[in-house]
Amino acid sequence: MRTVIFRTIAPYLSALMVLYSIFVLLRGHNEPGGGFIGGLIAASALAIFGIACGVASVRRAIIVHPMSLAGFGLFIGAAAGVISLFTAQPFMTSQWWPVNLFGVEIKLSTPLIFDIGVYLVVVGAISSIALALEERESD
Amino acid sequence: MAGPTTTTAKVDYAAAMNLAPVAPGDWLVVAPVLIGLLGGAICLMARKNVSLQPKLAMFFLSLLVAANVGLLARVLDQGVITMVMGGWLPPFGIAFTVDPLGATLSLIASVVAFCAGLFGISTVDSTGRRYGFYPFLVLLMSGVCGAFLTGDLFNLYVWFEVLLISSYGLLILGNSRVQLDGAVKYGVLNLIGTNFFLIGTGMVYGVFGTLNMADIAIKISELDAPASGTLLTIAVLYFLAFAMKAAAFPVNFWLPASYHTPNIVVSAVFAGLLTKVGVYALLRIMVLIMPASREYLADLIALVAIATLLTGAFGALAQSEIRRLLGYLVIAGIGAMLAGLAIGTNPEVTTTAISGTIFYAVHSIIVMTALYMAAGVMNQLGGSYDLRGLGGLYQQNVAFAALFLVLAFAVSGLPPFSGFWPKVILVDAAFSDGRGWLGAAILFSGFLTTIAMGRVWIYAFWRGGPEGTPDGQAVAPADGQSAGTVIGATVWVPLGILTAMVVYFGLQPEWMIDLSARGAAGLVDPLGYVRSVFGDQ
Repeated sequence: MRTVIFRTIAPYLSALMVLYSIFVLLRGHNEPGGGFIGGLIAASALAIFGIACGVASVRRAIIVHPMSLAGFGLFIGAAAGVISLFTAQPFMTSQWWPVNLFGVEIKLSTPLIFDIGVYLVVVGAISSIALALEERESD
Repeated sequence: MAGPTTTTAKVDYAAAMNLAPVAPGDWLVVAPVLIGLLGGAICLMARKNVSLQPKLAMFFLSLLVAANVGLLARVLDQGVITMVMGGWLPPFGIAFTVDPLGATLSLIASVVAFCAGLFGISTVDSTGRRYGFYPFLVLLMSGVCGAFLTGDLFNLYVWFEVLLISSYGLLILGNSRVQLDGAVKYGVLNLIGTNFFLIGTGMVYGVFGTLNMADIAIKISELDAPASGTLLTIAVLYFLAFAMKAAAFPVNFWLPASYHTPNIVVSAVFAGLLTKVGVYALLRIMVLIMPASREYLADLIALVAIATLLTGAFGALAQSEIRRLLGYLVIAGIGAMLAGLAIGTNPEVTTTAISGTIFYAVHSIIVMTALYMAAGVMNQLGGSYDLRGLGGLYQQNVAFAALFLVLAFAVSGLPPFSGFWPKVILVDAAFSDGRGWLGAAILFSGFLTTIAMGRVWIYAFWRGGPEGTPDGQAVAPADGQSAGTVIGATVWVPLGILTAMVVYFGLQPEWMIDLSARGAAGLVDPLGYVRSVFGDQ
């Protein structure tokens, strides 16, 4: 698998896929997409990078351990539901904060935070499995 | 919701949403689950910091106990409370509905988890911590509490999955061959059980178009034939699924095959909590939702209960490995709890029997966890889990021997400890319902359990040393263990808390009897439960 062509193209490909995964994550609220599918795309980007350049370089690139990433995702996913405590509404009631940026209305909200949490959980969990499997292969 | 919808007409959200402000106190309903999730996530991030982890986890577990105390107090004060997630009313939204039964079990489970976390400080080494003992424990608790508190069938399935996934992680913590072997048996059987659960839930949704427990309970009670073919099929599927999770006969073999493999504190948590969640789910579904099917299936349940009681007791007699022996005692306890489910054709007797089951579940959660912990201490003192290799523990540590004796009495159902009262209630209810065989089986199983625990006492504590020691002679324990092996505070405190609870519930049973009676009454007459979800219609 480690041909010159693949090794040269893989970093660019991975970067593009991560970018695309964030796009999919953000469009997910009203159109097909969302945290889960975005997370899968990002995890496969990391997997491709791992196959081409080795698992060690992936671990260096994402800095934190994938499981910590998943833990952080779980944390903000659960914490997104707590915000409605302060508005005397039930757990997980969505809160909306529309922001006007250069004439475009952007709706920031707790579902978005929750979706980012899901994204991180999926990236963390899937990539830690994938990296462990790839590591075993290279032994 | 607030997305770019094309409708221009004003939507009346009040029909589908709970728009009334929610008191902060009602957030206690989701607090146990939230603390579990948030705490588990933080412990997961701090996985590599082995000295910080126990402190973090103990903080969250004590927070969990506090939240559950508050929740139980609120439920006892205000009756059943419901919170609908995101404000969406059932049948569209998911409801958490907490009645005295759920709150009691959730509290006891969190106390046990707190003790286990404390016990784990000395028994789980840094490798076990790095592989995530504490994150798994806290996440497991979020699953267990979620299962006790939810009011939605599919949501119950989700919490079951949360606790099962955490339990897989705990089970293979040491990554040894035996553990993987045990985990495969455990995993495969649980997956099959989960499939039955899902099929049953799918059928419920197909028939009633709702998954909210209160909603289904109303719809079933309004039917002309509440125990017709389809409903009976669903009831049997659920019974099979949860009997598997609870390790009832004949689907009990996974328990003794897997519970002796993990770290002793993991075994303690599993023995205390996991099977009881299955029993709880059975209570919820068979009594609250499908009472007519329960009455129809009562004879079958009674047979299963008797077989489970006897399998557990005879299995315990046949074992010489303490952890396997205790595993069979867990099964015998499940038999006693199922017995309560089989009793009763009129509401009064049913309520008594169910309250016996609830009390027994509470007792079993506490005493089985404590016994597994005691087995861990026995291994620490005597260097073995096998009765053949143990001996002379009484001489080594009199206080521990006394503590073990209390637990042995309790698990056998002898007074004045916690096992006595639920058995009295159950046997009394069985005889007054004309199910003499069931009562006799409970008594006989208790008798055999007494013998099994007596064996442990005689072999491990009374005789001078391991097998081969001449009579009347005391031998220093093998493996270079000195006679003065110190039991640390992290072992004494959890064991002490659990044993104190066993003694307290034995000497002052009124409180728990009253609590389980309220829990049972809420199941048998679901009016309060339903009103809490749908208001006073």
